[in-house]
Amino acid sequence: MFSFELLLDAVVIGVLLGCFYAAVSLGLSVSFGLLDVPHVAHPAFLVLASYAVFFLNEHYGVDPLLAGLMITPFFFLFGLAAYRLYYETFEKRGSDAGVRGIAFFFGIAFIIEVLIILQFGVDQRSVTATYVGKAWRIGDMRIPFRLVVAFGVAAALTILLTLYLSRTYMGRAIRAVAQDQEALRLMGANPIRIKQWAFGIATAVLGIAGALLIIVAPVEPTLDRTYIGRTFCVVVMAGLGSMSGTLVAAIILGVAETIVLTLFGASWAPAISFAMLLGVLAVRPQGLFGRLS
Amino acid sequence: MKRRTLLGGTIAVVMLGLTSGAVAQQPPIKIGMSMPQTGGLAGGGKASLLGIEIWRDDVNAKGGLLGRKVELVVYDDKSSASETPAIYSKLIDVDKVDLLFAPYATVPTAPIMPMVKQRGLLLIGNFSFQVNSKVGHDMWFNNAPWGPPDSWAASFLDLGQKAGGKTIALLAADQEFAQNLAKTAREVATKRNMQVVFDQAYPPNTVEFSSIIRALKAAKPDIVYVASYPPDSAGILRAVNEIGIGDNVKIFGGGMVGLQFGAVMENLGSLLNGVVNYNSWLPEKSMYFDGTKTFFETYAKRAVAAKVDPLGYYLAPFGYASGQLVEQAIKAVGSLDQKAIAKYLRENEHKTIVGPIAFSADGERKETAVLQAQFRGVVDKNIEQFRTSGKQVILFPEKLKSGDLISPFEAARK
Repeated sequence: MFSFELLLDAVVIGVLLGCFYAAVSLGLSVSFGLLDVPHVAHPAFLVLASYAVFFLNEHYGVDPLLAGLMITPFFFLFGLAAYRLYYETFEKRGSDAGVRGIAFFFGIAFIIEVLIILQFGVDQRSVTATYVGKAWRIGDMRIPFRLVVAFGVAAALTILLTLYLSRTYMGRAIRAVAQDQEALRLMGANPIRIKQWAFGIATAVLGIAGALLIIVAPVEPTLDRTYIGRTFCVVVMAGLGSMSGTLVAAIILGVAETIVLTLFGASWAPAISFAMLLGVLAVRPQGLFGRLS
Repeated sequence: MKRRTLLGGTIAVVMLGLTSGAVAQQPPIKIGMSMPQTGGLAGGGKASLLGIEIWRDDVNAKGGLLGRKVELVVYDDKSSASETPAIYSKLIDVDKVDLLFAPYATVPTAPIMPMVKQRGLLLIGNFSFQVNSKVGHDMWFNNAPWGPPDSWAASFLDLGQKAGGKTIALLAADQEFAQNLAKTAREVATKRNMQVVFDQAYPPNTVEFSSIIRALKAAKPDIVYVASYPPDSAGILRAVNEIGIGDNVKIFGGGMVGLQFGAVMENLGSLLNGVVNYNSWLPEKSMYFDGTKTFFETYAKRAVAAKVDPLGYYLAPFGYASGQLVEQAIKAVGSLDQKAIAKYLRENEHKTIVGPIAFSADGERKETAVLQAQFRGVVDKNIEQFRTSGKQVILFPEKLKSGDLISPFEAARK
């Protein structure tokens, strides 16, 4: 059933899907990649953002992307609070914080799931917008608008985060704390406050990513479980903490998935992300764009 | 003297008890069940339970069964197969219930089948699919309209063939229920010499269906049979709307779970148009039997307070019908003897609000009453529209039919 047309189609859709994966993984690239926080509640935060966007869209008719922007300040504050709680209860206490931290974030993820069910019920929710449900026609090819939106947002987020981390004082401080926390402390800076700030940024990004999530497909309270594997896979494959790497790794993953889906059968698609992750880690343990420390 | 007074008093009390106070003094008839009230199946479970509760209230208002009130003993099985064996053991041994109803859906029901068979107990099934096919329990009666296992796929392929379809595409979720449907569709297609040009199982956590639909479209099938679960059903319909499915497709749908629930239907709105899908009950003229209208009037009021599916077409009337089945059998038999009740259920036809029900030897319906209905003229974000007839036109079975198939699929979508 191979045809050049189908392959081209798979590549185009794959690039767009990859951009979507990048957008939902960028926050994790900061929190897990740069800060070493085992943030398994990242996709749960993402689903929470989707529900906030759904609420604004359903009750006030706010455009989903605008709703995503509107909730970012609140998610920033939420991120600050979440990191402070994590730091006080786990990180401060010693070296095995990582393992116990996973339990902490799993707990948070479950609590978020239950709260969403209590508030919104178990049913699927989706948003309405002019770009949902329509497609762009190029010859025989049709490209869903919602994926084009994902592409644009992912590109913008990657550029903004890269500039922020390389050009601003706070951004450079975040990268410094990722490299050597002790050295920063010796210089009189408070690494915990910088990490808290960075975690806030990572969570704020989720506001917009959450809007994308509900634009691309309907959401339900337990959807976070689907994204744990994919987002961590993207971040680790990219090389921890590289923003542009995250985008490239996500695109590679997206294209590989759609090609397998189109040409070899859907059953194999979920295995692709982990097979690629294992392959990359075997050849380049530091990830595609990571530097060896 | 004292002793005589006491004796006289006792006799008087007993006599009084036998005459006027009989109902009050008899213990209630207990019907035990688990029901998914949290977890993935909760939406359906809650609606189903409300249907059964409405029956309980109706039957108690009429004076109960055998002069005794009916009481339900219900536990939440959290939609989990691992919970139900312990719950049913408790219902049987600790609560000592008189009759058992199965929980909603296949997965929580399957693990209790061997136990119920071993103990020789009657079990009224609740929308599970083929759970008795390997167990072979002769006291199992399913309230669902499925009928013979292949009739579901056969009715859909029939409609496709009549519309001129020769080739078929199968798209099914990679889990047991959907795969069972796909398997029967494959068998029916082979029997009828229909060529399967696309056959794929997609994993349950698939995010984006554009590529799959593109590949399916490239295979140029006449009939597209989809066996999907709720999160995917929405994703598939969205992709079909964006990518298109090709002008040669005569009929699309068949086994999409989720399109029967109010919230999902409201969400999808106009994307539903043209899809032909299975269902159990719909508000078409042919579907009203004795008591159906009154039931839905009561349901609509109580669903708001209970925060369950405001439409409740898919499961709730069948919950009520489960009650009607045992009600008629107990009245006819005159006791709670489970063997006698089972014999009566097997040998007779029963009137219910979802139509007459007769069982074959395996405890499933003798004849299928699964509807295949086509969505028409559906608009976005309006749940009330689904209460009117004509939004889901019944194409199958013949005796419940309320219209003809509009084909090809692309024409029906407009």
